[in-house]
Amino acid sequence: MLKSGGHIDRSTQVITVKGVSKSFGELHVLRGVDLHLFRGENLVVLGRSGTGKSVLIKLISGLLKPDTGTIEVLGEHVDELDEKALQQLRLKIGFSFQNSALYDSMTVRQNLEFPLVRNKRHLTRAEINHEVEDVADAVGLLHTINQMPSELSGGQRKRIGIARTLILRPEIMLYDEPTAGLDPITCIEINGLINEVQEKYKTSSIIITHDLACAKSVGDRIVMLLEGRFERQGSFDQIFDTEDERVKPFHDYNFIT
Amino acid sequence: MIKKIQRILIELANIHRFVMRFFREVFMPPYEFKEIIRQCYEVGWKSLPLISLTGFITGIVFTNQSRPSLAEFGATSWLPALISIAIIRALAPLVTALIASGKVGSQIGAELGSMKVTEQIDAMEVSGTNPFKFLVVSRVLATTISIPVLSCYTAAVGLLGAFLSVNAAENTSFRVYFDQVFEAVTFLDVFSLVLKAVVFGFTIGIVGCYQGYHSSKGTEGVGRAANWAVVMSMFLIFIEEILIVQIIQAMRA
Repeated sequence: MLKSGGHIDRSTQVITVKGVSKSFGELHVLRGVDLHLFRGENLVVLGRSGTGKSVLIKLISGLLKPDTGTIEVLGEHVDELDEKALQQLRLKIGFSFQNSALYDSMTVRQNLEFPLVRNKRHLTRAEINHEVEDVADAVGLLHTINQMPSELSGGQRKRIGIARTLILRPEIMLYDEPTAGLDPITCIEINGLINEVQEKYKTSSIIITHDLACAKSVGDRIVMLLEGRFERQGSFDQIFDTEDERVKPFHDYNFIT
Repeated sequence: MIKKIQRILIELANIHRFVMRFFREVFMPPYEFKEIIRQCYEVGWKSLPLISLTGFITGIVFTNQSRPSLAEFGATSWLPALISIAIIRALAPLVTALIASGKVGSQIGAELGSMKVTEQIDAMEVSGTNPFKFLVVSRVLATTISIPVLSCYTAAVGLLGAFLSVNAAENTSFRVYFDQVFEAVTFLDVFSLVLKAVVFGFTIGIVGCYQGYHSSKGTEGVGRAANWAVVMSMFLIFIEEILIVQIIQAMRA
């Protein structure tokens, strides 16, 4: 089933990862990973904790460098770009962090306007305010705009974190565990928001999660990271139609226990 | 043992890279003037009450401690000259730097450390902002600008404190006291104060930022970053004090 209503352009890959490996000392996290993301697609990356899911999107956004392999984002090789070119490319990539990573010392409004003020210096104060209020409204939190991040709930922080990335109108969204630590109702709201973002802003997204309800709700395609490699990919039902002992407990824990 | 030496060498190389990156980025646009001014306010203005009290007490205590030695030779009239040289050449920059490394250095280390472990620095980077320029360059510039200003202020407050003590004990007038003070102080003394304060200010900023920017291991790492920012900057300040005194003595000769 296509969650994005058939807007996927399968002729255009916005992200292409080829043979990427990454180690931290003796710990080999990724071992020759291949991955692609089509324009308009929601791709879910499933896997156990510590299997390198977050490392993968940090490599894609250029926060980490791969040991081997290549990463192409919107036609540019991330690992070959200089600092300035990488910064320009990052404006087209939205990154929603697991713990939201809101700037504690700033209000919600200042958090939202921070990327805008720094990257679109030609905008007037009125235009900035309009943009900020527009994205705050898009995530349903316009009323919290003058609050500090410490005054927000976990779900609200996630929403503001997503809003902050949307303000630069990215083409690609990377979500790191968007529903981690949230109650089931808030999880449903966040899943809905991810789908709304894709509809409204026409983004292509990679969603890192181990929450199968989230994967089922937002994923057009799911890939499973096992022992540093993507060993399974397909729709939700295809992924879990297996007797593989590394995969089955995942499904059973989420839907049977 | 070899691994320990290897770790130290790697750390030194990282520090060298960090300092070089500062000098590379400080001259490159965009310039974060607003953030630098905000940091100057945090570092300078907010330290004023503490610096005022410390400088004032230092002036009084140093005068009271110096008086008996001079009194033995009947030379208490030299007190203003002695105090002014001691305060301007050594005490003002040193006291300011030590207070600032405790207050400002730990604050910078903890703030950046906390931002690092909660991925706020990564968030800045992926939103197209250079976090090094915004967080590190602005803070190091703020300490490098503010500490000399604070040191001059400490010297003035210290001299005022010393005047109260001299006036109470020797009945010296304000005008006579400051005539003697300015007679004893040379341009090189003021230059050494400013030079030391600039070097100390840079040290406090860069050490605090380095510790914070490279912190890890959660809240424990934040505490360690704040702690090391103070310990390292104080240690380096004393080393720099010795070196600058040698240079100034050579210039004086």
